[in-house]
Amino acid sequence: MHRFANPARFLRIAKPLTPWLLWLGIALTLGACLWGVFFTPTERLMGDTVKIIFVHVPAAWLGMGGWTGIAIASIVQLVWRHPLAGVSARAIAVPGATFAAICLITGSIWGRPTWGTWWVWDGRLTSMLVLFFLYLGYIALSNASSEKGDTSRVAAVFGIIGAVNIPIINRSVIWWESQHQKASITLGGSSIDQAYLVPLFVSVAGFSLLFGALVLMRMRTALAEMRIEARMRRMADY
Amino acid sequence: MPHAPFIIASFAVTGVGITWLVLSSYLSMRRTEASADELRQQQ
Repeated sequence: MHRFANPARFLRIAKPLTPWLLWLGIALTLGACLWGVFFTPTERLMGDTVKIIFVHVPAAWLGMGGWTGIAIASIVQLVWRHPLAGVSARAIAVPGATFAAICLITGSIWGRPTWGTWWVWDGRLTSMLVLFFLYLGYIALSNASSEKGDTSRVAAVFGIIGAVNIPIINRSVIWWESQHQKASITLGGSSIDQAYLVPLFVSVAGFSLLFGALVLMRMRTALAEMRIEARMRRMADY
Repeated sequence: MPHAPFIIASFAVTGVGITWLVLSSYLSMRRTEASADELRQQQ
């Protein structure tokens, strides 16, 4: 992994990879959403609102996956002082926060016709809202520390501590009485019918590729900003 | 209760959110990389 710690080597891989991830992600996401909306059957209990699953579930997984990525990158940053680890953690934050927000909003919209309410303060919804606020805190912390010019070790520690919330979100429907249904997809299998499961996985793949492209774009932006800053400093020294 | 408005709203929120994120990230990347290249050529 240390081979990719060199920003120049990283950019040689990231530059051609970004458009591939982006366009493949857009194609799969659009294809899965069209498939899900127009070519899946109406569900017996939830009716047509089941189609919201094709945006809600990928957003939830990527919101949680994003913070897991921040926590791993933060550990790598603090332990091995990997030069790109902090950059990647900061690059994940805004896409992660956006996906967490999309999960909360689409979940709320889905809740109204199925539960009869926009919001309930149960374990799953509250812990997901906490994740969104953790993202906002992380973004504020990393922006504040990058303005001061340091490598945002405080944000890295915050990223690791915040990861405690990820298993809480995952287990919340088991630990507490919840309006939210229990996990439909586990490592052991799925209770979702194939008619929904296949387009759902395509949708998850598409959104994940888009997420990857977003992180690469934001990492490239951060590295270009660092290059500009370094040159300006050198010019000022002359 | 008709379901269509809820489905449309969910997909619209997702579409707007992702489009904003992709466009802002892409434009910011292009602008910053162009500035970095310009500065390197100036030196």
